[in-house]
Amino acid sequence: MIGPELLAAHAGILRTQVGACWPGTRAVFRGHDLHKDLHAADWLELYLFGITGRRFTPQQVKLLHGLWVLTSYPDARIWNNRVAALAGSSRSSPVLGLSAALAVSEARIYGGGPGLRAIDFFQRAAKAAACGQALRDFIAEELKSRHIYGYGRPIDSCDERLPWLAGLAKEQGLDQGPHFKMAHEVETILLEMGKTNLRMNYAGMTAALGADLGLTPREFHLFRVPMFLAGMPPCWMEAAEKPAGTLFPIPCEKIAYEGVPIRPWQGRIA
Amino acid sequence: MSNNPDTIHTRIWREEAEPDNPFATRTAYCRGYDVFGQMLGNTRWIEMLVLLFRDELPDAAQLDMLEALAVALANPGPRDPSIHAAMCGGVGGSSAAAALIAALSVGAGRYRGARDVFDAMSAWQACGTDVEIWRAYSLRDTQDDIADTWPRREHAPGFDPHGVSTAASVRQLLETLARIGATPRLCWLAAQRLELEKAVGLPLDIGGVAAAAFADLCFQPNEGEMLYLLLRLPGAAAHALEQERYGYKQFPFYPVELRDDPATKETP
Repeated sequence: MIGPELLAAHAGILRTQVGACWPGTRAVFRGHDLHKDLHAADWLELYLFGITGRRFTPQQVKLLHGLWVLTSYPDARIWNNRVAALAGSSRSSPVLGLSAALAVSEARIYGGGPGLRAIDFFQRAAKAAACGQALRDFIAEELKSRHIYGYGRPIDSCDERLPWLAGLAKEQGLDQGPHFKMAHEVETILLEMGKTNLRMNYAGMTAALGADLGLTPREFHLFRVPMFLAGMPPCWMEAAEKPAGTLFPIPCEKIAYEGVPIRPWQGRIA
Repeated sequence: MSNNPDTIHTRIWREEAEPDNPFATRTAYCRGYDVFGQMLGNTRWIEMLVLLFRDELPDAAQLDMLEALAVALANPGPRDPSIHAAMCGGVGGSSAAAALIAALSVGAGRYRGARDVFDAMSAWQACGTDVEIWRAYSLRDTQDDIADTWPRREHAPGFDPHGVSTAASVRQLLETLARIGATPRLCWLAAQRLELEKAVGLPLDIGGVAAAAFADLCFQPNEGEMLYLLLRLPGAAAHALEQERYGYKQFPFYPVELRDDPATKETP
């Protein structure tokens, strides 16, 4: 079925596998009664079940919790957090501030973009290795055609979160997966190639661990949505408690104008 | 992260402060023009819009063409997913910003949204006015494209994946813009539309016309994407407020057919 027939077949009704609620009676979440079967679920476990339809072990859930915890930085200078804080300072609502800050986190050079591309890289590398290609050759090809996500960091090449995350993975017995091992091999090869600024970053390590948990790139992308969230409310709160407009107020002289010199407007209105 | 960490660099905007307050604007300049002293009352909104994106204005016909496009885009109508989303905000009493954010987020996508316009403008850069290149481009397998935060492209950008023939509204828009602006892509599209649609296998959509118009005005794909988001917001605002007034009892709440229901599963 195609075209308007396809649209007409879907008009006016929701056909779904993932769930529904009947106000006053019950709610279903991916084939389970939310209240009877899942009322005691850990929130993150439920979140993952919602994304994947699969259940995760307590060790896996603990590791995935850690992925969020270790990068929750309540620093209002960071671009996404700054959005939350500016909302507080401008007396906007907390949900508007936080949802905008989360949206901003789906960025090209940090957050959502690199995470997605890093897991994609590891899974393509694993596929190439399964077909007999040496990892070094695969990396060399990637470097020729595109940036390798998961390695390198704009501010400081040393990522303070990695030892803690690696420790947590070890503690939970989840540090022996093929992608996690490959992530370290990739770093070694990059360093041997003289790419000393391309040390593994947080996107790289989290993507490798996510791949070892069997997450697809899209599932991993969805899992990461609230990753920075915990650091944002303190930024909003503090800014909302200070006098309005006092977060990074910018005086006129701090605009460095680099454009066309002042010129008269030749009125063109009809 | 910057040599001058508290300075904002811009080619768009300059402000001079009041002598008694460095945070109060005495004079603001947009691309060198005094906004409040000279432009106000002497400038069309569409001129201001274009100036924000570039140093010089296009000719009068091109401005008229963009203004006509802005009229066409101002309200996608309540059937459009972005307006539907804004109405979901309005009907529940969500904030004004939430309704517009809903419209922006839903209207940002690759199906009838701003990313489709971005893709279509990229297609113009790749294909130009060559029907055969368009044909190959639209058939290109996107399976191996680099992973992106956007879902993979599912149809030729700028064309209606569920369409049968070109809607009269789309034809009228194309013909009007081509007549007013007389710009190369719009004129070619108006002349070659049937052949192009045959090559692509889908009818042209409104986003495809907008993409051609933006490209003719020398906007880059990311600028066209922004403009498409901006220009469709007025309808979202109006429809959100209207549904707030009508109330949720008059707003659709669809029946559901749940296909994995524990209540209907046999107990083992």
